[in-house]
Parts: sequence; structure tokens; C-alpha cells
Amino acid sequence: MASRKESGVSSSNTLDSPVKQIQIEGLVVLKIIKHYQEEGQGSEVVQGVLLGLVVEDRLEITNCFPFPQHTEEDADFDEVQYQMEMMRSLRHVNIDHLHVGWYQSTFYGSFVSRALLDSQFSYQHAIEESVVLIYDPIKTAQGSLSLKAYRLTPKLMEICKEKDFSAEGLKKAAVGYENMFEEVPIVIKNSHLISVLLWELEEKSTVPSKHELLSLSSSSHLEKSLQMLMDRVDDMSQDIVKFNTFSRNTSKQQQQKHQYIQRRQQENTQRQSRGEPPLPEEDISKMFKPPQPPPRMDTLLIAGQINTYCQTVKEFTSQNLGKLFMAEALQGHNS
Amino acid sequence: MKYCPTCRGSCVKLSSSLASTLPPQTSRGRHLTRDFLWKNMAVYGPVVKIHPVVLASIADSYERRNEGATRVIGTILGTIDKHSVEITNCFSVPHNESEDEVAVDMEFAKNMYELHKKVSPSEAIVGWYATGFDITEHSVLIHEYYSREAQNPIHLTLDTTLQNGKMNVRAYVSAQMGVPGKTVGVMFTPLTVKHIYYDTERIGIDLLHTTCASPSRTNGLTSDLAQVGTSAARVQDMLTTVLAYIEDVLSGKVIADNSVGRCLMDLLNKVPFIPAEDFESMLNSNINDLLMVTYLTNLAQAQISLNEKLVVL
Repeated sequence: MASRKESGVSSSNTLDSPVKQIQIEGLVVLKIIKHYQEEGQGSEVVQGVLLGLVVEDRLEITNCFPFPQHTEEDADFDEVQYQMEMMRSLRHVNIDHLHVGWYQSTFYGSFVSRALLDSQFSYQHAIEESVVLIYDPIKTAQGSLSLKAYRLTPKLMEICKEKDFSAEGLKKAAVGYENMFEEVPIVIKNSHLISVLLWELEEKSTVPSKHELLSLSSSSHLEKSLQMLMDRVDDMSQDIVKFNTFSRNTSKQQQQKHQYIQRRQQENTQRQSRGEPPLPEEDISKMFKPPQPPPRMDTLLIAGQINTYCQTVKEFTSQNLGKLFMAEALQGHNS
Repeated sequence: MKYCPTCRGSCVKLSSSLASTLPPQTSRGRHLTRDFLWKNMAVYGPVVKIHPVVLASIADSYERRNEGATRVIGTILGTIDKHSVEITNCFSVPHNESEDEVAVDMEFAKNMYELHKKVSPSEAIVGWYATGFDITEHSVLIHEYYSREAQNPIHLTLDTTLQNGKMNVRAYVSAQMGVPGKTVGVMFTPLTVKHIYYDTERIGIDLLHTTCASPSRTNGLTSDLAQVGTSAARVQDMLTTVLAYIEDVLSGKVIADNSVGRCLMDLLNKVPFIPAEDFESMLNSNINDLLMVTYLTNLAQAQISLNEKLVVL
């Protein structure tokens, strides 16, 4: 009996992946939330570095620090120096100073981009177990913490290494939009002292716990997500049009080449019959320049992005359907 | 407030308005603990509002302290308002403390503050924190240093030694006392401490709280529909508690409280009365919207996978 392998961005933990699970401390979660809340209003993306260590097949994230926003000055020099200083200082106070990844906030789920791919590739190349944590503040504000961890699949790593982004390269490695990123499950773990703190806060907190999760208003969020989906689909269709024109051009060119060769041969036979020297063979490739094949990597990224959008929208709709049925039950009792 | 005759003022009997804020038992005039006094003392000075991330940071740096150190200190950053100080960030500073002397790495503190300023330029040094229960003489020295960095610095203590079985958070400002010119001293006056949260922080804390319940102190992030399920279970629990209370009141076991009755009235009125057909139509249209969106997204996904296959051919 053949076993069905689950495909898609979630689940499939390949056997050769060094990281099977991510363990995050509560402190890191709070810091990421605070960083976005204070510095990332609007559609700004906030980023930061994750620190921790690797234990067997688990990646433990014990601390993090934020990156300043990109300003007009030369950000590169500042960034590296900032990072070095920060890590050196943290080492003095016994905080784990091993880089294990980075985090980024996202806007309605859009994070599959060239920049992310490049950064994650350089991280994963340097440190094998690194991950990127994607924090979705809007989904969190709706009631449940949305934090996902992604790594690049080994296949994608190979492609990035060779910088071969052409269609043949991608075909060779058989990378589809579904096996670009792999998601790693996350577990939150707190030490005993932090647990005591949480109980204290629970007692003393004057703000009641939020019940946003049960709110029924969904239309504005759906609209926004669908709009982003439509934009991406438009990009995708433009890409497809480009690819179609390219393939049409290539086939037309092939035909033209063919015709030219035939005409040449005909002329040559005619000339031979008349006893004249045949025309020299001309370099065909110089005459017919093959058109540039469009880059395939962008299409792949767009496809991946569309996929993530669809997943998030589906999660959202399933939640809302559940809530609507609950509301129906509540009404049913009253009427 | 009336003074209790038995201990002549070292505890305080409650007036009825305060009594309603506590669970029924303590309103019967029991001797109160120091904690309660702490909570209700009128204090002059800014209200200190703390975010949970600061407390978690302090607890974490306490766990990572060097061998032999009994407490850790560090700087707290935040913003100052007219009547309140909001503490939003902190970092620990290495220091050495022995019987007669204390050494704090000032350079380090300055460097860290510069680095933090790059990320959030609006945060300023508002004081310093220390773990532990008491205020020692060394604290006075450290406090002096910090008064050079910030006006009227706030001293925050987090009781990690869990005296009285609680982890208390206290805040102080220093005030001069004594006879001017002759013997002057410094007194630390307490301030009211409030815990405040951003919305997302509140949701994060709720999630972190679930880890307290599990024996291995871990918790995975649940899937979407399961979250709705847990939320619904929570609401159900709350409803059962309210129902039990109502039963008790009806059977006479508990005296009815008017304010609770008014809240219950509000609660019932909040469920809107919608005629059945209107509700049906609203429900159906919403469900249709959601189903359509699901269908469209599935279509989009099928489209891109088709495109993938065709291109690879």
C-alpha cells in the first residue's frame, strides 16, 4: 500500500533536515510583539535577530534583539557593527550569543520575496540550522498568536548556491512552488520563574483577557487579503503572458530558421545544376538571435506567495464558518 | 476608613465601597496583610505602568546571573508622561557586589543604551531595576548614579526570591529626608504599579499562560479551528460559573448583589433579538460569501499548480 505523502508548505519534515522542532521562550514572543507594536505601525516590516542554541534535533531560541529600521544613510556598515556590538554586550550578561536565525513581521501574509530568499539563504548557508520566524501582527490582533518558522528546502538551497535560476536549472532540481519552504513546528516553553511571573500577572492584571477570536466581523480582513491575492494573480498573469510570447517567439524563430535552411538548400541545388559555386554557409545562429528566456525564479516566488495567501484565507474562512455556526446555535436557543 | 480596635491601627477595616472590590471573605474585617496596604496606599508621585516584557526580561537575566551573585541590576527604559511613567524595555548591566563595596559597569550601560536608541529613539532611561526583596545601602549608591542619567529615576524591584510566596513588583522614587545641613538621608517612597498591555501583548500572555498548565511547561501553537474551539470552551466555562452563581442566589445560599444583577441584565440584553427569517438570511449570505472565497482560493491554487506543470513540460 502506497503511503500518501503530505505535500505543501506545512508538515513534510525531510529526514535530512537537521531541525525538527523549534522551542521558543516566552520572552522572545513578548519581545517580538513589542517590537512590532512600537516601531512597525503601518505596513513597515520589522526585523531582528534570534539567539539561542541547538540541542539534538531541536532549535532553542532563548533571546532576540531588534534591528533598527533602514534609514537613508548607508545601512550596511551600521548593521554589521550594531550586530557585533549587541552580541558582544549580551555575552557579558550571559545571554546566548549564538545566531540561530532572524524574524520578520509580515503584512497580511506577504513575505515570499526575493529579499527574504536571499537573506535566508545567506543565514542558512552560514549556520545550517537557522530559521526565519514570520510574525503576523494582524492575525495576532484577531485573537491568536500567529508565529511560523520556515527554512529553505535542501533543493532550493542547492539552486541558490549555484545561482542557476534559469528554467532548465529549476527543472533539473524539480523545485515547485510547494517545496520551496518547509515549515517547522513551534513549541513554547517557559522556565519555572517565568511561570510564577505569569501567575502573578494573571492575578494582578486589570485588563480582561481578550476575546477577539470570537468576533464575527470578517469582511474588512477578507477584502484586504483578497485584494493582495488579486494583485499577485495579476503579476502572475503578466508573467504568463511574457512566457507565452517568449515561447511563441522561439517557435516562430525555429520556423524561420527552418525555412531559411530550406531556401538555402534549394538555391544550392539550383546553382549546382547551373554549374555555379554554391553560396557559402552562413552562420545561422548569428542571423537569428534566440530571444531571452524569461527568468523563472520570480514566477516561482509569485506562485509561492499566492499559495501562502490562499492558505491563510482558507484558514480564516474555516474559522469564520465555525463562528457563524456558533452564532446560529446561540440564536436558535433564544428564538 | 475605620481603625480596628484590636491592633490599634496597624490594620485597617474596610469601608463598604472597598469591600465590594474584594472576594466576599475579606470584607468581614479581617486583619489585612501588608500587600493589601501596599495596593491601596495613596502615594504621591507618578503612576508606574509596566509592560510584561520588562518583567520577563528581568526574570530571565536573574536566571542567567553569574555564580555567587545574589541579585542582578539593570537599566529600565521608557517614556515619561505628565502623571505616569511607562516602562517598555530594559537591559541588564553587569555588576559586582560584596559586603562593603559595589562596582557597576557604567561603560557597558552607556553602550547598551546607545544601541537600544538606534532601534527605538523614543525610549529614554527612566531608572533602574534590581531583583531581590530589600533595598540595601548599595542601592542608594546605584540610585545616585542613575540620578545623573535621568531626572528623578525610578527604582524597580522584582522579588525573585519569592518572599511571602509572591513575586512582588515594587517601584520607588527617592526623596531627601532629614535635617537639611546636618544629617541628610535618602528615603525611597513607594509608587503605585500598574500592569498594562498592548492588545497583542495580552493575547501573547494568554497563550504563554497556557504553558503553565502543562507539566512539561510547553505548548504548541494550535491550528485555526481548534483555537475557535478552545475559545468557545472558555466562554462555556464562564457561562457555567455564572449559572452556578444564579442558582445559588435563587436557592438563597448567596445574597444577591445588585451590581452583579445589573451586569447579568446587560449581558442578556446584549444578545440581539433578531426575527428568525432575517437572521437566516444574514447567516446564509455570510456563509455564501465565505464559501465563495474558499472556492476562489482553491481555484487559484489549482491554477498555479497547473501553470507549474505546463511550464516544466
